[in-house]
Amino acid sequence: MSDPHTPSPATTDSHAATAHDPNDPHAVPPDAHEIEHHLAMYTKVGIILFVFTGITVGLSYVDFDKMFNGHGWNMKIGMAVATFKVCLVAAIFMHLKQERSTIWRFLYFTLFFVAGLFLLTLFAWVDPIFGTTHWHH
Amino acid sequence: MQIPYEVQARPDTGLYNAKVGIWLFLASEVMLFGGLFSAYIFLRLGADDGYWPHGLLNVPIGTFNTFILIASSVTVIRAWVALKMRRFAEYKKWMGITIVCGAAFLFIKLAFEWPPKFNHFGAIMQKDKWAKYEPYLGNEKMKEKGLHPRNEISGHLHGFEVTGEKAVLEEFGRQRGLKQLEGHGHGAATAHAATDPAHPPQASGDVTVHFEAHSPRDADALVNLARARQHENLKRAQKNPPLPPLSIPKIVSFEVMPDPVNEKPLDDENLKPHFWPKSPNKNATPIKIEASDIHHWSAFVPKHSTYFSTYFMITGLHGLHVLGGVLVFIFLWGPGAALYKKNPEHLANRVEVAGLFWHFVDLVWIFVFPLFYLL
Repeated sequence: MSDPHTPSPATTDSHAATAHDPNDPHAVPPDAHEIEHHLAMYTKVGIILFVFTGITVGLSYVDFDKMFNGHGWNMKIGMAVATFKVCLVAAIFMHLKQERSTIWRFLYFTLFFVAGLFLLTLFAWVDPIFGTTHWHH
Repeated sequence: MQIPYEVQARPDTGLYNAKVGIWLFLASEVMLFGGLFSAYIFLRLGADDGYWPHGLLNVPIGTFNTFILIASSVTVIRAWVALKMRRFAEYKKWMGITIVCGAAFLFIKLAFEWPPKFNHFGAIMQKDKWAKYEPYLGNEKMKEKGLHPRNEISGHLHGFEVTGEKAVLEEFGRQRGLKQLEGHGHGAATAHAATDPAHPPQASGDVTVHFEAHSPRDADALVNLARARQHENLKRAQKNPPLPPLSIPKIVSFEVMPDPVNEKPLDDENLKPHFWPKSPNKNATPIKIEASDIHHWSAFVPKHSTYFSTYFMITGLHGLHVLGGVLVFIFLWGPGAALYKKNPEHLANRVEVAGLFWHFVDLVWIFVFPLFYLL
């Protein structure tokens, strides 16, 4: 099996030099070197998360409502940054970027239901049933 | 019995069993935290102007804990990669660091973050009494600046005045180890109670005693004593013939060493929260608050407000997840690591699913931190 990421023998762990035997649990699995190759990326993502935590804290002291002459801008921007960080964690740390479709199918359902849950919360302000809203306050 | 597919992937799903299991579990966790976050949204959007507090949490501690959690997310991946590469010593090292990070997160929360809140007093004032306490709330300036009004006087509970039967109050003070403060001391208090309309005498012979307080728990103890005596009175009324009711002690005022925000509410420094919390001025003049002007008072505990109840609920549940993760990691680092000899790939899979759970805990915190500490 050809693996473009296979490191040179000089940098390889002594156990890792043997060819992979699927029946030997002690052998280094074929995907391991590729995983090791990702190590630098995991560290990079960690550093990005550190930086964006600092950005989240810093942005919370900026008055965006004044800047944009509106309401709730700090919340919108803060949540946008948090969502970006969460996507990084899910895609890279939790391997969702290259995960199997089975897991994605679970998650589509979860996202659908959690979106429904948040929509239900909206009903506290918006009456979705036609003809029941009272306008004459 | 050998369970199939704990190491090899099932041909139909392409996944080993535990991975399917952990993702189904995480999907249910999304719904659990989703429910709590939707409660947060509901309560926050429904809160009256000024009733969603800002700046009550310690941002440097929260930021530091965020860094710890992110670092532990990287180290747990390194532990998994080390196992994949069959480098056991390296695995032990990274997993050990992960455990230390998780434990540090919990330690910081339980030793430095929560306890000061349990000892911090807050009195949320009745809306129609805000004007009376304007020197401590500074709401005219807040309005002028287009900021949310302040509804609370908070700080260290220095003392509280109680009316009640002299013997009952003396026994209460003795049991709690509370000194009686000078000024409105007992004895002189009877005359004080008779003349001051804010302190109506409940029964003849009642006195007003000014107790010192170490924490809001001392005032809570008095409320509990009053409740116990009210409960006892229900039983006494049912006796044949009915026994005379016990007197009920009552808090009439609080004396608070104010937080900077209430000490100098007009100071530009105090208009908005800061990254580094300002420490209270030990020489500040205590503020006297009449109990009848207070909507409700408590320590910074869940019953303080919808803000603190959601804060303690969500961060508490998150903390339990951190604890659960740390316990699993301790097992995988210690006795569970013996599996390495038998089947290292199986151990790597266990570490991977525990790591997936850990990343989810990190992911929840990424939302919790700005929602409660910053925004």
